[in-house]
Amino acid sequence: MPKLTIDNIPVEVPEGTSVLEAAQKAGIRIPTLCYLKDVQAIGACRVCTVEIKGARTLVASCSQPATEGMEVKTNTRRVRQARRTVVELLLSEHDGDCQTCNRSEDCELQAVARELGVKDITYPGAKAARFRDTSTPALTRDTAKCIACRRCVTVCNNVQGVAALWAQNRGFKTVIGPAFCQNLDEVVCVQCGQCGAVCPVGAITEKDHIAAVWEALDDPNKHVVVQTAPAIRAALGECFGYPPGTRVTGKMTAALRRLGFDGVFDTNFTADLTIMEEGTELLMRLKHALVDSKKGGNGHKDDHHTPGPLPMFTSCSPGWIKFLEHYYPDMTANLSTCKSPQQMFGAVAKTYYAQKIGKKPEDIFVASVMPCTAKKYECQRPEMNDSGVQDVDAVLTTRELARMIKQAGIRFEQLPDEKMDAPLGISTGAADIFANTGGVMEAALRTAWEIVTGKPLPFENLHVKPIAGLEGVKEASAKITGAKPEWSFLEGAELKVAVAHGLSNARKVIEAVRSGQKQYHFIEVMTCPGGCIGGGGQPRLTTNDHRLARIRAIYEEDEHRELRKSHENPAVMQLYKEFLGQPLGEKSHKLLHTKYVARTRV
Amino acid sequence: MSEDRKVGCTCSCGEEVSEQELLARLDGVLAEYRDKPGALIPVLQMAQGIFGYLPEVALKRIALGLNKSYSEVAGVVSFYSFFSTVPRGKHLVRVCLGTACYVRGGKRVLDTLKQKLGIDVGETTPDRQFTLEVARCFGACGLAPAIMIDDDVHHRVKPNKIELVLGPYRNGEAAKAERKVPA
Repeated sequence: MPKLTIDNIPVEVPEGTSVLEAAQKAGIRIPTLCYLKDVQAIGACRVCTVEIKGARTLVASCSQPATEGMEVKTNTRRVRQARRTVVELLLSEHDGDCQTCNRSEDCELQAVARELGVKDITYPGAKAARFRDTSTPALTRDTAKCIACRRCVTVCNNVQGVAALWAQNRGFKTVIGPAFCQNLDEVVCVQCGQCGAVCPVGAITEKDHIAAVWEALDDPNKHVVVQTAPAIRAALGECFGYPPGTRVTGKMTAALRRLGFDGVFDTNFTADLTIMEEGTELLMRLKHALVDSKKGGNGHKDDHHTPGPLPMFTSCSPGWIKFLEHYYPDMTANLSTCKSPQQMFGAVAKTYYAQKIGKKPEDIFVASVMPCTAKKYECQRPEMNDSGVQDVDAVLTTRELARMIKQAGIRFEQLPDEKMDAPLGISTGAADIFANTGGVMEAALRTAWEIVTGKPLPFENLHVKPIAGLEGVKEASAKITGAKPEWSFLEGAELKVAVAHGLSNARKVIEAVRSGQKQYHFIEVMTCPGGCIGGGGQPRLTTNDHRLARIRAIYEEDEHRELRKSHENPAVMQLYKEFLGQPLGEKSHKLLHTKYVARTRV
Repeated sequence: MSEDRKVGCTCSCGEEVSEQELLARLDGVLAEYRDKPGALIPVLQMAQGIFGYLPEVALKRIALGLNKSYSEVAGVVSFYSFFSTVPRGKHLVRVCLGTACYVRGGKRVLDTLKQKLGIDVGETTPDRQFTLEVARCFGACGLAPAIMIDDDVHHRVKPNKIELVLGPYRNGEAAKAERKVPA
């Protein structure tokens, strides 16, 4: 435990703590740009520079470990001038379009410049070359705004294991981007948007769908409905000054109604529907593996398909789907065939709901609000038009919704709490927890367990503790006892599940399964760290503290519900009765299930 | 890619080898280096030896073979000026623009070479004989300005004598530079 002084304040920190973190502990703020807590501390930007007694030069505090007896000064003339010079040099290259940049409200470079009192840019040099990459449905890159802090590179490589981004060229000509500065769609990119989520400036942002949504809202011939993913209600408040983890479900609903949507609905509704389909699919796969295949022959000739292999992977997260299609194309059969809740919603809204209100699918416009950029890509996949037209028309991120609310002059904090519309706005607590890592698994277990045994899931308060929290890979198992007669083949079986979030963790699980080191029946994967609550479309900047606060809010949301199991959702039951028939039935198959494609790695 | 497609092998061995054959040689290198840490740069150097430059097909093969992303491979290739992703001529002409060579007329030597060869820096003559590049310091500062053609260093080059330097290479008289090409 080294003891040191920072600006004459004594502080004691654990071995390996950086000077930056030690200063935070001493209550001293050191400005940073490239530093990203728990992810990157490489001293690239030099903004966090400090003076250390005995050191020949100024030192980057984020990458300097605190040592015994160190005397650090963070506020000397030399430090202030050096920091200001560093930021001036960055600004001299940065072609920011600040007045119109979509980061102008929360740009970290702008904030640091203001904090350090930069008033002039005394280095009138060349600007970074501008190349706008709009090749993907989800993301926009603008190289002229990039300050080469490398946060996106670190996240893309180390956290997600995708490695679409890397520093290309060298020196002043460095471009952070895909191979040979090509477009993103020419390399493996899963469009998760974690790069944009950590970008301190406006160099990587979501592709704008706000204009398309306004256009639909302004069109009197369109019936415009909106669905909101469960993760939005735990984070949207942050865009209006609420602390992380504030639940704003009611205000969000009111805001959407005031924006002019004809139906304010919930992706939670189709999250419950997903559980009905995916839970049944899991049981079918288990039955096929344990019973049918032992009998020999195909016991499911009458079904619409033969159940796929085990382990079954969840399929709600489009970045994860694309990752698997690229890196493990031989395992697409292991993915649940269920569409994501977003896509199920689009298909149901433009068929079942359209019939109910007497509209044609093409007269309905489905907008989504998602914590995710990959959802913009997912809705444009060619398979996703089972209603006869594109099932989901536009996808707004949480940040985009906040921008629309501000554009409309709505005072969010003054809104009353309102309820979502029926029937596609009715949901259970099991759907809420789709928002966080472990949640889809828990929701599926709550229902599947009860189908098999007729009894509630035997975990306290229905929470499967071992798969909650921010550990990268989590496991749980439960021995099935008291199975109903039709599920007697599962009696005594040990159901093994795993949960991974962040794609590099997903890779660990897959490799363990492929090598035979681990065996599971069901594996939940969410693309982003923490799950959807940490998605690429959420308010910036998301740290682990934000993730934990949002997860806490989601569990509260779940626990405040009367109904907490998907199979108890009355609107979903009605949908089956009036329209779909039964889970995995013919109509479900056409509207709610999908196929995957094998892709290449380079 | 077709089996019989011939590519001009620029490793100065004089033979025409099919792309298929060159890729097979690359696979041999990859098999040897697959599990070695820090393999990327040596493999890229050898691949450039095999192909004469680093074509996309080779780079993608390397990315797969070494289990690295194509963006990372491209990042390393574009960082080092030694690597080239465009075909090079039979002879590589490098003009030193380090400080000593620069003050003693390296720039004029370069301009003359551009004019004589009819190409800009980084380009290759249409007959695929010469590629022109600039470099920083061959360690021949006392004999500046210096240029390198293949592995030969030429000292105190005068712009009006450039043709004398280039001549032997044009006629194939200069000793063929040896390059290490793994069998």
